[in-house]
This record gives sequence, structure tokens and C-alpha cells, in this order.
Amino acid sequence: MRPMAQLAMVMNLDKCIGCHTCSVTCKQAWTDRQGTEHVWFNNVETRPGQGYPRRYEDQEQWQGGWALNRRGALKLKAGGRFRKLAGIFSDPRLPETEDYDEPWTYDEPWAYGCKSLAGAPAHGGGPDPMIERTRRLAADRVRFEFEQTFMFYLPRICEHCLNPSCVASCPSGAMYKRAEDGIVLVDQDRCRGWRMCVTGCPYKKVYFNHRTGKAEKCTLCSPRLEAGLPTVCSETCVGRLRYLGVVLYDADRVTAAASVPDEHELYAAQLGVFLDPEDPGVRRACAAAGIPYDWVEAARRSPVHALISRYKVALPLHPEYRTMPMVWYIPPLSPVVEALTETGHDGEDAHNLFGAIDTLRIPLEYLAELFTAGDVAPVRASLEKLAAMRSHMRAVNLGEQPDPSVARAVGMRDAEIEEMYRLLAIARYEDRYVIPAAAVSDARRLEESALPDGCGLDHGCSLDYEGGPGMGGDGPSGQDSGGRTHLPLVSVENFHALRHRPTAAEEEET
Amino acid sequence: MTVFLWGVLPYVAFVLLVAGLVRRYRHDRFGWTARSSQVHESKLLNIASPAFHYGILLVLVGHLVGLFVPMSWTDAFGVSGHTHHLLSLYGGSAAGILTVAGIALLIHRRRTSAPVFHTTTANDKVMYVVLLAAIVLGMAAKLAHASGDGYHYRESVAPWTRSLLTLQPDTELMAGVPVLYQIHAVIGLALIAFVPYSRLVHMFSAPVRYLFRPYIVYRSRDPERLRP
Repeated sequence: MRPMAQLAMVMNLDKCIGCHTCSVTCKQAWTDRQGTEHVWFNNVETRPGQGYPRRYEDQEQWQGGWALNRRGALKLKAGGRFRKLAGIFSDPRLPETEDYDEPWTYDEPWAYGCKSLAGAPAHGGGPDPMIERTRRLAADRVRFEFEQTFMFYLPRICEHCLNPSCVASCPSGAMYKRAEDGIVLVDQDRCRGWRMCVTGCPYKKVYFNHRTGKAEKCTLCSPRLEAGLPTVCSETCVGRLRYLGVVLYDADRVTAAASVPDEHELYAAQLGVFLDPEDPGVRRACAAAGIPYDWVEAARRSPVHALISRYKVALPLHPEYRTMPMVWYIPPLSPVVEALTETGHDGEDAHNLFGAIDTLRIPLEYLAELFTAGDVAPVRASLEKLAAMRSHMRAVNLGEQPDPSVARAVGMRDAEIEEMYRLLAIARYEDRYVIPAAAVSDARRLEESALPDGCGLDHGCSLDYEGGPGMGGDGPSGQDSGGRTHLPLVSVENFHALRHRPTAAEEEET
Repeated sequence: MTVFLWGVLPYVAFVLLVAGLVRRYRHDRFGWTARSSQVHESKLLNIASPAFHYGILLVLVGHLVGLFVPMSWTDAFGVSGHTHHLLSLYGGSAAGILTVAGIALLIHRRRTSAPVFHTTTANDKVMYVVLLAAIVLGMAAKLAHASGDGYHYRESVAPWTRSLLTLQPDTELMAGVPVLYQIHAVIGLALIAFVPYSRLVHMFSAPVRYLFRPYIVYRSRDPERLRP
């Protein structure tokens, strides 16, 4: 056993209203530069829909992620080491600007998108690849009526996978998974701009900065996490639907789990990789592996661990890419409730709901294509637990006696359901984000600035030194994104003020 | 003049190359990239770029063999001067044509694709001029002396190149070389000197280690980040 810690995220899709606040705040924090017009570390997609970049889920076209070779071993779908190096002079699987949608502004000389405004129609692209697949697979069983299906939003960031195919694709060895917290990063000094990571990532969450000629990706706001703060997208999420926490996993089991032949088994295989922080044996192994005590404690209190492993309501996005993604999703129940209510039934009655989940096969199978490689059972189980929670809590709120059979039907106890309710519906700030700081002793110093000392003023940080991606100015590698400039660091948020803010309102209310 | 061109210039070029690489590595690793424009235009690049790069790699191999393998070695293997000439003429021309076709298409693409042209810096334009001049003059020199056994550069240019390595440049060897070869050599030296100061620097980051490293790279957090 080789235990490692991973900072992971869960998003509760029931609560997403598609407001894009996460995307906008993320962009303002990280990619508000020339060269990164198309770079959305966080984006929100309407599902069913094409996604960003368009149809990125069609891996027959983009060749992202891993596949099994004839001997059943993992190989990069876009080709192994020799094929990568032989084809290094161009990358035919690279999405172009138009796949991302051409950026445009009113008077910037770079923005050739201005031209496309003058009458060129929006790019079509084609239907959602998952819809296509569902249709193909279920054509003879299910009548698929696109107009009557439902719609929900899917916010996406980098998955910070346990088996990252972008890292495996990087010829320069510039991409790495950070040993302490599992965050996948690009070393801007080592990146040589071969672009293989963009192709390698099946989620298309590594972007090529056309200004600096380097790859950039979501950092899970690592400077903030190091200081114990949640990511910008989580912090600003209006629906409070994001959860951040530590998950412990056994690095020795990752490759075997990612190589499971049956795609439907991948979800269960990934669950099997995670370690239970309550297990004394695991705790001893963690201590031996040098995982700090407060990290193991954080793993015990981790909302992500609870939603993934204890309640099993969160599911991975596209496990069939075999990258072992670490941003998981609680599938949306709302469309089911909505559809039920529209037919005149009581949408929150447990028996109606359970029946509806099963009869509304179209959403279920679509969701399964997204979250479990097409296996409907885990999605149904997750939705049933959410349905049981609604029904149980409605009884509690109306002062009725909750029907104990409802909880039992989904294999939970009343107390567990209420715990889950507190985590999902009350979703207090402290419960949503359980983030151990990188080094507790450094917390006071880090709280003043999101970036470590020495950044900006002289040297030491990879963002803002000679030739670093600061703002403005000319450098050997272009302007703006690659400019050399020294930004004064201003502390906009103070750690303690920030800690106090989200809880202040709640204290006043009660 | 002979001494300057063939005794001093090569060493100046070499010093500029090494100094530039060291400076780039120490102060501008962030700028060390080919700055690909593939996100702007992919279709032409997918044909032109591999054609050019494979062509220029073959040309490089040809130069290394031609300049650094002495005649006595090839004679020992029973390769006659005429065979060698034909090999270098046809092989070299094929590689040269691939290279020229590739770079012509690349320049065409750079000029006609608006976003690609916009990202072209002055440095890039100078680089293209020098690179294209070196390639075209090399082809011209070879083809201008193609008849018969061709020009015997292996009795003049090649020994001179090797004499550079021993730090005893025999500049007289270059004095009688046809002028096209001379110009090609000078521009070639300029190109070598220019490499670390342009995007050409990416030639020094051939990722050979990718073949030997494990797929997934783990790295510890930089301790500098948390140091008080």
C-alpha cells in the first residue's frame, strides 16, 4: 500500500443554476490575459449540449485519455511514446480556435473573430456525442424524444486525475502531479509547447496559450488551497454546490483499477482505490508515508470522502476515459421531480419518485453515459438516495412521522439521511470546505497574500518574473501573457476576514 | 579576409551559440518554446511542418556525414567518390526539396492566415530570411556543381570544418571554394549563431527522455513556496 493524499471536489448538480459566476471569477483571477482568450479553467456547459470545446467528448475524433491495448494494458489513446515523438512536428488532434469559438473584441488587432462577426454563421459542430451514443445504443429500446428530455448544467474544471493522461502525454516532463495534494500542474519553465497534453486530456482542460507558446491549466487555485482557502470557483459559487476535501488513495492500485476491462466496472474500481481514513491500518500507513496528521484528520472530516465513499451519491465524470478523475458529481434529481409534478403527481412522494426515476429512462441513461460509462445502476442508486432524502425531510418539515421504510429502501439509516441532508441542503461553509493548509506554521504568513513571498518584487515565483506571464510589456515570447513586468502585490482578501464572512450571516440569522 | 571569414567567424558563431543557450537557459526558460501557431491554423501545418522538419533533419544528417566523415573512411568501406557524389546529390536534393517545399508552404501559411501573420514577430521574420537563404543557397551550390563528380567539397570544405575542431583552422582550404559554397557557409554560420536568440532554440529541447521516463510524473511541492 502506498497511500497518497488528493484534494478533490464534488459538485451537486441539483443546485447549479448555470449562472457562470464560477467561470467569470475564475477567468478574472487566472486567465484574464491576451493569449488566454479561449482558456476557461472553469466552464459551465448546458447538458445535453456540445460542451467546450465543441464535442470534446468524442474521443474517436480527439483521441484523449487512455484505452486498453490488445494485451489489456493501458495505452494512450493518441499513441504511445514513439508515435508521439515521431509526430511531434504537428498535432493533428489539436482543437483549433474555431473549436473553442473564435475570440473577438471590437478593436483589438489580434481578434480576427471580428471578421466572423460580419456574417459568418455560428459553427454547427453536430449533436452532443453522448446523445448520439445513447441514441445508437438505445434506439430499439427507448424512444428518444429530444424535445421532451431535460436540461441541466455541468460546471467543469480540471479533474486532477489519479492517472492523468495529460501528464503521460507530455514529452518534456513539464506536467506533473504534485505528491502532497495530487494537484496536476504545468511547469511553465519546462514546457516546450509540444501541445500533446491538450490532445491527451479527454476533458480538454489543458489549454495552449498562443501568446506564450506554453500549456496552461486549472491549478485548483493551489496558492489559495495552500493557505487553507477554497478555490475561487468554489468560494464564489452562488448555489454553494461545490465541496472540497481530502481523499486518501492507494497509488499502487491506480493502474490496475484504470485497466479494468469492463467499462461499467470502472466506477467501482475507482471506489476501490480510495482508502478509509477511519481504518487504523490506513492511518498508520499514512503516517509512515509522511502524510501529515492534519491531512489525515481532514480526510476523516472530508465532505468529498463522505459524498463519494460513504453515501455514494457522487459519481465520476466519464470514467471510461480511464484517467481516474477526481472531480465528482451528484447527478441532478430536479428534472425528475419537475417532470413528475407536471403530470399532476406529488413530485416529492417517495413512491412516486422511485417509480419515476426508473420510468424516466432517458435522463437516467443519458446521465449514465456521463457518469458511469453507461451503467444505469449507480446513477439510479444515487438518485434514489436523493429522492429518499427529499421525501424523508419533507415529512420532518411537515411534522409528520418519517416513513422508516423510505430510508431502508435505499440502504440508509434515518440519522445518515439527515446527516447527508445537512451536508447537501444546509451546506455550511465549514462543512463544504475542509482544506488543510500546506503548512500550519506558515498560515499567518500566507494569509496576507495568495502568492508566496518574493513573488512580483524580485524573483522566485513562476508567474511573475523575467518573461513570466504577468500583464503588459514585451518579452522575447510576445506580449502580455509572456510580458516581463513587476506587479505590486496587494492583499485583497484577508484570511480571517474571509473565514468570518460566510458564517457571519448565518450567525445573525440564528 | 580569408582569415576572418574562415578562421574567426566560425568561432564567433560558436561562442554566440553557446553563450546564447546558457543565457536563455538561465534567464529565459519560460521563453524556450517553438511558440506553435497550430491553434490558429492546423490543416496546412499538419502537412508542411512534418515535411519541413523531417527534411531539415535529413539535411542535417547529410551535412554531418559529408563534413565529418573523412574520405579515407568512406574509401575504406569501398564507397567511391562518384558513388558518394551521387548519393549526396540525389539524397541531398530529395531532402532539400522536402525541406524547401515544407518551408515554402509554411511561409505561405504564415502570410495568408491572418492570425498566424499577426503573431509573427520581427525576430521571426529575420529568422525566416536567414533560414531560407541558408537552405536555398545550399541547394543552389549543390545543383550548380552537379555535373560529373560534382564539386569536391570533401577535399576543401570538409577538411576545413574538421580543422576547426582541432582549433587549428586551415583557412587556405576555403580560399578556392566556389563562391556559392562560401556564401552558404557564411549564412550557415550566421544561422548557427542566431539559433539561441530566436524560436529556433526549440531544436535543443528534443524530448528524448520521454522514451525512458515513467508515464506519470510526481513532483513534490517546491519548498521555496512555503519558506517563511
